[in-house]
Amino acid sequence: MSNLRHFTNGIMRENPTLVLLIGMCPVLAVSTTAINGMGMGIATTFVLTMSNLVISLIKNLVPNKVRIPIFVVVIASFVTIVQMTMEAFVPTLYKALGVFVPLIVVNCIILARAEAFAQKNTVIASILDGLGMGIGFTLALTILGAIREMLGNGSIFNVRFVGENASTILVFILSPGAFIALGYLIAFINRLKGNK
Amino acid sequence: MEYIIIFISAILVNNIVLAKFLGICPFLGVSNKVGTAAGMSAAVTFVMVLATIVTFLLQKYVLDPFHIGFMQTIVFILVIAALVQMVETILKKISPSLYQALGIFLPLITTNCAVLGIAILTIQNNYNLIQGIVFTAANALGFGLAIIIFAGLRERLELQGVPKGMKGFPISLVMAGILAMAFMGFSGIVK
Repeated sequence: MSNLRHFTNGIMRENPTLVLLIGMCPVLAVSTTAINGMGMGIATTFVLTMSNLVISLIKNLVPNKVRIPIFVVVIASFVTIVQMTMEAFVPTLYKALGVFVPLIVVNCIILARAEAFAQKNTVIASILDGLGMGIGFTLALTILGAIREMLGNGSIFNVRFVGENASTILVFILSPGAFIALGYLIAFINRLKGNK
Repeated sequence: MEYIIIFISAILVNNIVLAKFLGICPFLGVSNKVGTAAGMSAAVTFVMVLATIVTFLLQKYVLDPFHIGFMQTIVFILVIAALVQMVETILKKISPSLYQALGIFLPLITTNCAVLGIAILTIQNNYNLIQGIVFTAANALGFGLAIIIFAGLRERLELQGVPKGMKGFPISLVMAGILAMAFMGFSGIVK
């Protein structure tokens, strides 16, 4: 039962992007389309889950003083695995995400979960926490990506739903649109929370 | 001329925060007061330029000759973390007053994606060392410019009546969007 709570925690109550408001750089940068957002989310979920797993396994071996560098090396190793895998199997997505794939390593969510959760909890709980947080992040990114893609490009998941000559609000796939769309999305979530 | 183009394009046209989305966390986190924003950008400039020089040399003389380019992410992040720690220690010894001013920002910089991002971008753009340093310094200044303007705007915003749901983070993001729109006006200066 409590394991289920660890899992759903990251998706709803403590959604890293929409509620805790951490790890914003990739959220703003790669959410130009729903596909990009989802790809980034899945890559981050993998790194988050695996690093939570390894850190909860080695938590008793790591001296407290040097724990941060060790966590960073664990995270960076999994990021490298993701980088190589993506470059081999989804090269177009890898190109589209660009520098933000190696930058998963400095995503605050991952180090924050290692520090706040994985080093204090059991392996199973840590995996579930990583998965939950990752899915929460992926959902937020996909939603934001979908909103921006719909408004800015008139399509969703690359399926165009407006006519060929229809004009779209181009600014939403450019950088200002990222800030504005995320601002209103968070305001909407705040509103939902306030009503409860 | 080529250096001037790199410089202008990094500060104004492709601003690191508003167009490349690097360093958003400090941009939104420590931009409440103009003073703290200036301190943060000074610390970032210092570490960023140092980090680019060190990572560039490592890439050219260690990673490339031994064909271990895939280790880039791991090596760079460790170098940056060590560098930040070192700068902190040295600053504490030789210039306590500067340490007082920058000290609290230094640990935050390790997880600042701008530093790692620019180090990687310098390699990806195939710059030589001088170009890389110009590129990094310009980006650091661009970061400072964006964060200081934004801090000034936020100080003003505190006096405004913002709707309840938009208070805090959402209105800051919308404002950053408008600022980014203003910076888009510079595109076209550099081809």
